[in-house]
Amino acid sequence: MKTKTLITAAAAVMMAAAPAMADLFVPSLTYRSGPYAANGIPTADGYKDYFTLLNERDGGIGGVKVEFEECETGYNTEKGVECYEALKSKSPLAIHPWSTGITYQLIPKATADGIPVHSVGYGRTSAKNGEVFRWVFNYPANYWDGASVAISHILDQEGGDLSGKKVALVYHNSAFGKEPIRTLEELGKIHGYELSLLPVDHPGQEQKSQWLQIRRERPDYVIMWGWGVMNQVAIQEAVNIRFPMDHFIGIWWSGSENDVKPAGDGANGYKALTFNGLEKDYPIFDDIQKHVVDKGLAAGAGDQIGTVLYMRGLYSALMTAEAIKKAQEIHGTPDVTPAMVRDGYEALDITQETYAALGLPGFGPDIQGSCQNHGGQGLGAVSQWDAAAGQFKLITDYIQSNQDVIAPLIAADSEAFAAENNITPNCD
Amino acid sequence: MFYREAGEFKTSYVDDNQTFPIRFDRWRYYAVLAVAFLVVPFFINDYWANAVLLPFLIYSIAAIGLNILVGYCGQVSLGTGGFMAVGAYATYKLMTAFPEVNLFFHVLLAGGITAIVGVLFGLPSLRIKGFYLAVATLAAQFFLVWLFNRVPWFYNYSASGQINAPERTLFGHAISGPASEPWAVYLFCLVFTVGSAIIARNLTRGTQGRKWMAIRDMDIAAEIIGVNPLTSKLTAFAVSSFFVGIAGALFFAVYLGAVEVGEVYGINKSFLVLFMIIIGGLGSIFGSFAGAAFLVLLPVFLKNLLVGTLGWPTDLAAHLELMIVGLLIIVFLIAEPHGIAQLWRVTKEKLRLWPFPH
Repeated sequence: MKTKTLITAAAAVMMAAAPAMADLFVPSLTYRSGPYAANGIPTADGYKDYFTLLNERDGGIGGVKVEFEECETGYNTEKGVECYEALKSKSPLAIHPWSTGITYQLIPKATADGIPVHSVGYGRTSAKNGEVFRWVFNYPANYWDGASVAISHILDQEGGDLSGKKVALVYHNSAFGKEPIRTLEELGKIHGYELSLLPVDHPGQEQKSQWLQIRRERPDYVIMWGWGVMNQVAIQEAVNIRFPMDHFIGIWWSGSENDVKPAGDGANGYKALTFNGLEKDYPIFDDIQKHVVDKGLAAGAGDQIGTVLYMRGLYSALMTAEAIKKAQEIHGTPDVTPAMVRDGYEALDITQETYAALGLPGFGPDIQGSCQNHGGQGLGAVSQWDAAAGQFKLITDYIQSNQDVIAPLIAADSEAFAAENNITPNCD
Repeated sequence: MFYREAGEFKTSYVDDNQTFPIRFDRWRYYAVLAVAFLVVPFFINDYWANAVLLPFLIYSIAAIGLNILVGYCGQVSLGTGGFMAVGAYATYKLMTAFPEVNLFFHVLLAGGITAIVGVLFGLPSLRIKGFYLAVATLAAQFFLVWLFNRVPWFYNYSASGQINAPERTLFGHAISGPASEPWAVYLFCLVFTVGSAIIARNLTRGTQGRKWMAIRDMDIAAEIIGVNPLTSKLTAFAVSSFFVGIAGALFFAVYLGAVEVGEVYGINKSFLVLFMIIIGGLGSIFGSFAGAAFLVLLPVFLKNLLVGTLGWPTDLAAHLELMIVGLLIIVFLIAEPHGIAQLWRVTKEKLRLWPFPH
């Protein structure tokens, strides 16, 4: 068995070392088709445009061009596996699965193959513990941070006391939607609110009964963990039962223009979390216009630039590019391998100066990674939909999530995973 | 010329009743098995195993299972996804509860558990038929998925409700988990697929299969000639669910490794397997394989052709793929309503006379 692992490791090294002269290969698993396409298209566009911009403006990263390839998953796990197997032979520097289900699928596979997986604000929360999940990253924030930030915001609104209040969680009945439950329950014990759970089955077009229940029980706040068409339906239903929109808070994946626009003016005041800025006048847009759009290189139809999800795709690409840059610095070579990029991810250090230098001043929270911390500092902000302006606007600063509650949960969950899979937590 | 009965003399009942009575057919069958067992494992890589061959083999088992119920016994079922989920969750519970037991037995046991669940949901078939039965099995589909989502015991109280297959080995080689070698998982699934096909083929040729077909063709007449509808229908449900359960177990433990019940074993899976047997051919073991190949391999082939070779945008290719597969299904069903298996039968008839058909 020992010799076999050695041989496999040697083979992996040889395979990783072989395409040294090649470009930096950064693939993307996208879903431009299927029930979640409305959200998949802007994220995929933003992700691709950023790398196109780097290629056109800076000649790549550290002088090496980025080679880009998309693989269509349709948010389907089986197709995700097919994509991963097709892409992995080209030794991708980082994989963004863009789906919590596919992330779960890829965590063991990519760990065995030595390919960094970066799930930006989705995926498995306990992957933040880098000692167990050596190849998985979830910068800049995770779902449990999101749950905690939402509760903190509610606390602010209620003057610091939630005892006797009722909070309902409307969630996509999948791994993604179930993630915040444990955190919300733990926080409920501390703050004394009563949590009710309302699952919505994929794809979420039918939510009459859930919202009837909300109408009957009159919770003080509704938190939503939704994606795709589920968001639009939920917001429309909330408008229909005249639920106060400023007491309705969505996770960062439930707050895009696609979700609120169908409900018209009724959606005004709807809140959603975010981990990145949503301004319309970042200097980077000029560069994108000049180097990407004007050259006819914009991804997709090119009509998504500046939308919430586009910015999130852009942010994901930004973090990956910074990790590659860091890897080039650490290892002193422009042609980095996936293993080097993992080191880059662990040494990730993004500050306000970095954002400003990239043409995105104030775009996101500071991120300092380490081997132990694969998930960043856990900061999130709240944005609010302004229907008249047609834009989500930040209404808070970045709020620190309650790490006293989350850290033990992450430790417990990752240790359970380590025990199940015979992993000794380590940093080498 | 080479494909003919003439010149082959059968001197015993065993010879006369074999599955492939024509020598050429028999050798072709042995050749396919030899290639599958002795050649493919040496050339297989991760992509071929995980993207092409594993799904094909596993869907073939599911299609064989459903074909016994729908094609041979005439009981329409839309609960395949739910029964596959039973197989998957049974394996998961067995794998985590008895880690020292071999995965091979876990898969078989999971098939057995699914058979019991299948019989339970098959009970209404004694009273209701046709579309009404389809609706009853549809209820099974939704109930089972709901159950596995709702009761935390089934997913060992994990935070996300996902089940993950831990690493299990067979003869020192990992079969489940990320460290598994492509040839090992391929052979593991191949053994189950070939075994299922042989068992199903022989069951359907014997007394039991004749009883099922009698029930399918006209249940009142079958009852009059002495076929017990209770045992016939319930055995069909049991055997069918057994194979479907094995398929679900392999799908989870060997192929995907991590499963979320609503997405992987949803109603779409039931329809997919049903389409496989309709396109492949109802009441034919070969048809199960052909249907599985058609619906698993064609999309992968089209994707590689359109995106990989022609370099088209991925979304355009994904949409075209749906249209092409849909169109081919329609063309196939108009040209040959009895499926690919019937095409194959016609080809063989023609081949017997070839090259002098008159």
